[in-house]
Amino acid sequence: MFKNMESLYDLYKNKGYSRREFLRSIMLLSATLGFPPSMFPDVVKALESRPKPAVIWLEFQDCAGCTESFIKSTSILPADVLLDYISLEYHETLMAPSGFYAEESKKEAIEKHRGRYILVVEGSVSPKDRGVYCTIGGKSNAELLQEAAEGAGLIIAVGSCASWGGIPYAYPNPTGAVAVSKLLKGKEVVNIPGCPPIGDVIVSVIAGYTITGKPPELDSLGRPKAFYGQTIHDRCYRRPFYNAGRFAESFDDEKAKKGYCLYKLGCKGPMTRNACATIRWNGGLSFPIQSGHPCFGCSEPDFWDRGFVYTPLSVVEGGFGPKEALLSVTVGAALGAGAAYLNKKLRGGK
Amino acid sequence: MKRLVIDPVTRIEGHLRIEAEIQDNTIKSAYSSGTMVRGIEIILKGRDPREAWVFAQRICGVCTMVHALASIRAVEDALDIKVPKNASLIRKLMIGTLFVHDHVVHFYHLHALDWINPLQAIKADPVKASEFARSLSNYEKSTPSYFKEVQDRIRTQVERGQLGIFNKGYWNHPEYRLPPEVNLMVLAHYMDALNWQAQIVQVHTIFGGKNPHPNFAVGGMPSPIDLQSDTAINMEKLSRVKTLINQMLEFVERVYVPDLIAIASFYKDWFEKGEGIGNFLVLGEPEFDSYRDGKFFIPPTFIKNRDLKAYEDVDYSKVEEYVTHSWYKYTKGDHVGLHPFEGETVFNYTGPEPPYEQLKVEAKYSWLKSPRYKGLPAEVGPLARMLALYARNVHDARHILDSTLARLGLPIEAIFSTMGRTLSRGLETVIYAHAMKRWYDELLENIKSGDLKVFNSDKWDPSTWKREAKGLGLMEAPRGSLSHWVHISGGKIANYQAVVPTTWNASPRDAKGQLSPYEASLVGHKLANPTEPLEVLRTIHSFDPCLACAVHLYAEDGHTLSVQVL
Repeated sequence: MFKNMESLYDLYKNKGYSRREFLRSIMLLSATLGFPPSMFPDVVKALESRPKPAVIWLEFQDCAGCTESFIKSTSILPADVLLDYISLEYHETLMAPSGFYAEESKKEAIEKHRGRYILVVEGSVSPKDRGVYCTIGGKSNAELLQEAAEGAGLIIAVGSCASWGGIPYAYPNPTGAVAVSKLLKGKEVVNIPGCPPIGDVIVSVIAGYTITGKPPELDSLGRPKAFYGQTIHDRCYRRPFYNAGRFAESFDDEKAKKGYCLYKLGCKGPMTRNACATIRWNGGLSFPIQSGHPCFGCSEPDFWDRGFVYTPLSVVEGGFGPKEALLSVTVGAALGAGAAYLNKKLRGGK
Repeated sequence: MKRLVIDPVTRIEGHLRIEAEIQDNTIKSAYSSGTMVRGIEIILKGRDPREAWVFAQRICGVCTMVHALASIRAVEDALDIKVPKNASLIRKLMIGTLFVHDHVVHFYHLHALDWINPLQAIKADPVKASEFARSLSNYEKSTPSYFKEVQDRIRTQVERGQLGIFNKGYWNHPEYRLPPEVNLMVLAHYMDALNWQAQIVQVHTIFGGKNPHPNFAVGGMPSPIDLQSDTAINMEKLSRVKTLINQMLEFVERVYVPDLIAIASFYKDWFEKGEGIGNFLVLGEPEFDSYRDGKFFIPPTFIKNRDLKAYEDVDYSKVEEYVTHSWYKYTKGDHVGLHPFEGETVFNYTGPEPPYEQLKVEAKYSWLKSPRYKGLPAEVGPLARMLALYARNVHDARHILDSTLARLGLPIEAIFSTMGRTLSRGLETVIYAHAMKRWYDELLENIKSGDLKVFNSDKWDPSTWKREAKGLGLMEAPRGSLSHWVHISGGKIANYQAVVPTTWNASPRDAKGQLSPYEASLVGHKLANPTEPLEVLRTIHSFDPCLACAVHLYAEDGHTLSVQVL
């Protein structure tokens, strides 16, 4: 079956690119994925010889924001992703056919690529009340997930809704929404959280699987370490202001204009693991903090119920230094979790 | 009568199901159903109004920012917050960017495959395609070698047998009528647009930190302006915004609109069907965030029975929502309509148990409610807006529309149709793209005059708020009129409601059995082959459905919450 399918290198050749250009783009990709230089020959070999992976992309309780982010990758341009890097066999927002033919597309892809295809799930899943809060083709979303997950080679939960439950899961979770991993017990799920995640991160994880044939190295919450190994705070360009105890007090004040730390405006950078401060957004142009808004931790589990967006992690008063700052972060994180718990209790007890 | 079911309807945002009764391959009646619900308005209840936009924004990631801004405007209206001029102008630049982005993406990536056939593009002569493209515009990429490259790429996909997103399209359907060269040209621009759209959203990234889902702030914008600072909005960033605006305008005028008119000229019969209701509603796009000063970029307008001369101003108290055929129940009974400030919601799923074949359309059959204006269904969106501008003759709309239709040899009545809707979307994109240049100049002028303010902190502290406050946030979103209605009580959200464009257009029937625009527009469509319902997709896609937006539910009104959020 693979004989008539072309590798990425064949596609580059056909497009008139030189081998040098091919190698350069692989170097970029490897760097994004955090592969060590020693792995470079393997990466080249993989992309020269492996066929394009089939991708089945399901949307359940979603807003299509992750799809929009996916088609905004800039390290590999979206048209190249869709035509050269993957074969997108099913994606309701982008595919040509509707209804019966759409379902046929999915069925065929599942059979033809059984054990090898990448399943991407966007949105939370609602198994409650027999699945009536999300049906497609008259079928429950939970059933559709099981059908597609069974033969998948890799399962990716894209976005905070699929990874953690996200906004549908926020209190009081009216539809009984859950994360993808909750319904696929015993199967490995790669979580790419964020609301939405950075497009380049989504594309890199998919491309990485093409290269290695394996899921990326994951942390204890199923997130790729290459992109979620550090906090925003660890790599924030405003970190020196934090260390020096210089903070903006309000949007648009003189300190905000000078780029002081947004900690007092409620920045959740210290407890948020994501690559926004390093890869940044839409071609590395900016990220929320750089454009003056505190990070509100959109890639963290249950961030919707961790209290008011603009409440600082802890109150910072005078005499501020790096040591005290670190201590207050720890305390703040505990306070944040406590606040979330209290919120739930209070709202629940009304 | 046979039952035609299309589920999922693809190339839209969200989960839409169409059922239709057909006789002799002609649609006799149609039913539109939203099949997914999350309950974001219930989730908003009890939260701080200053963070409501963060939650509301997640209603939709395609029309990213419209719900954030409508939410912010509703809260600012309730709390009587004056927005600094710079912030209003920055928001407008972000709105303009969204319109251009959203309409272009809709045209190429959600709608074009209803009209073009990528498999036919393989048969095209790239030299002829280049000649044809150059006869339409001076877009620099229109060379034979460029079209040849695109053609080779598609051929490769076909030969490999992995068509990806083009797999199982209705490519043998007789309704595809374009010459191979036109198919190739539009397909090439499909790919161009895919890469272009990833770039131009950088306007959102500069002011809002990211796209999708850029950031905002109640009271203004979070990004400070300081021409001396390298971290704030400075000249370098503003210049970049200007470059991006030019890139948008260029793509719209040299690629999108020429392609649109080319396609329209081959499908003129689609200017004769798919109209729907004949009532058109624009709730209005305020000039400076608040509707209260009576100044509008797109004026609120109601047009009844196609009568453009007898257009009316809009009375916001005449908006009501019904749940007669929706999976909710009202305490006063399901036959009444409720104004959004009195809105209530309780789930009441009475549909069939999944997996099901068919909905019970004589009873409740959708997660969408049915908004009505003065008791009437009305279409919202680009067609309604172009008609409102035409009726009032603002933004040179009469000239724009008349001259475009004249080029196609069509009368003004042709606009009441499937293709008229698609054409209106392109024409308003031109209006918005040009307006962005003006807004940019105004912003720069204001900054140069010494006004750097982007945020008004006067009402940030909840102790400055009235105990009870209600607010209305209006925003013309790409898909039509959006309104958010908030009730703030004791510093927290007591009730929150969003009445959104796709709910107006795609709702189920109401208490009187009146059809929604989607349902009415499909009646009379003759299908060449019901298993390949291309005709239905053309008309439904001409509305640009967004179901995640449309399906939401309301918090029960009434009691005040005294919840302390830490």
